[in-house]
Amino acid sequence: MRCRSCRGDAVIEIRRHHAAFCTEHFFVMFLTQVEKAIRRHQMMAPDDRILLAVSGGKDSLALWDVLLDLDYDVTGLYLGLGIENYSDRSHEVARAFAEERRARLLTVDLPRDYGYDIPTAGRRGSRSTCAVCGLSKRYVFNRAALEGGFDVVATGHNLDDEAATLLGNTLRWQTDAIARQSPVLPARDGMVKKVKPLHRVSELETAAFAFLRGIDYVVEECPLVAGNTQLRYKEAMNTIEQTSPGTKAQFFLGYLERGMPLFRSEDRAALQACESCGQPTTGRFCAFCRARAQILGERLSADPEPSDRAIAEELSDEVLPAEIYDRAVR
Amino acid sequence: MKVKLRNPDREVQLRGGRPVGSVLDELGISVDTVLVIRAGELITREMPVRDEDELEIRPVISGGAP
Repeated sequence: MRCRSCRGDAVIEIRRHHAAFCTEHFFVMFLTQVEKAIRRHQMMAPDDRILLAVSGGKDSLALWDVLLDLDYDVTGLYLGLGIENYSDRSHEVARAFAEERRARLLTVDLPRDYGYDIPTAGRRGSRSTCAVCGLSKRYVFNRAALEGGFDVVATGHNLDDEAATLLGNTLRWQTDAIARQSPVLPARDGMVKKVKPLHRVSELETAAFAFLRGIDYVVEECPLVAGNTQLRYKEAMNTIEQTSPGTKAQFFLGYLERGMPLFRSEDRAALQACESCGQPTTGRFCAFCRARAQILGERLSADPEPSDRAIAEELSDEVLPAEIYDRAVR
Repeated sequence: MKVKLRNPDREVQLRGGRPVGSVLDELGISVDTVLVIRAGELITREMPVRDEDELEIRPVISGGAP
């Protein structure tokens, strides 16, 4: 198999592009896609301070590598989840990368800083393990970014992640969630701007990039992931992709170009400061503080139960902003 | 040929003398879902493998949210 650019020996085949690449030209293609995503969605400016959510997996480390090479002012944030062995290994990998690249790494540890770990949260709380993990991550990243004076939070969500999420939302016709699925969410009311610069590259591409760049990343799966709905949707997409390469990209990137304008997020509740932690929320207490209180067996107050809509909006802070909608339909 | 599979980690012995794609077919693995690594290098599905080769087939799917 030959490289599309130089006809040298290929190391990776990208079937959705009907092409294969040598290492050098694969890097060029990968960087081009990431830069295109950043530019097209105005994700970050050269002088922005960027906080990157680092898990130790291939995606976040590949993105860190790219942003450092592009000379962005990027700081990693590792969140310790308290998952035995897995979290230790993930932290070690993140630290080693930061040391090798002389990059800044901040660490927040759920057990140390918030008094619970994810396995316990999954057993004691009313949410699934993956749901409370996602809630914890969104909360901690936003809070750390606000407190640290960062302009942007970047995450390593790739094309497969986004296509699987869109598939799940579409299967249930969660129109609000569909409308919120944008690769960039501007800042508002205590929410820092969020960006996903890897949304144009597939999981295969981020894994190959990390491997070829010599990045040591965590290959092992999270031991708590069994039964994860997102993984089932990824597998479903992969089954289709096997016989119809390019379907994932058509589905998600096509949504961004042609589908998103058809959905509008309505009835966005106003945000106010959580009475417990000060972070933005639709009720008196934010979803994170409510979940944490439940896990720790504490009581915040006799706060009335928030509506399902308020919880849904808060759990996923990905509300499609009007300016993005307006830009998309122009 | 020794083939190392991941998540969970295990090893199987398979016949060489054929392209990587044929090995993946035998294992029921889609070519887009794994990296195939031989002697520290990525190889594509058309590359022939030999009985004396050692392969690692590494899934690219993320275990959790990024």
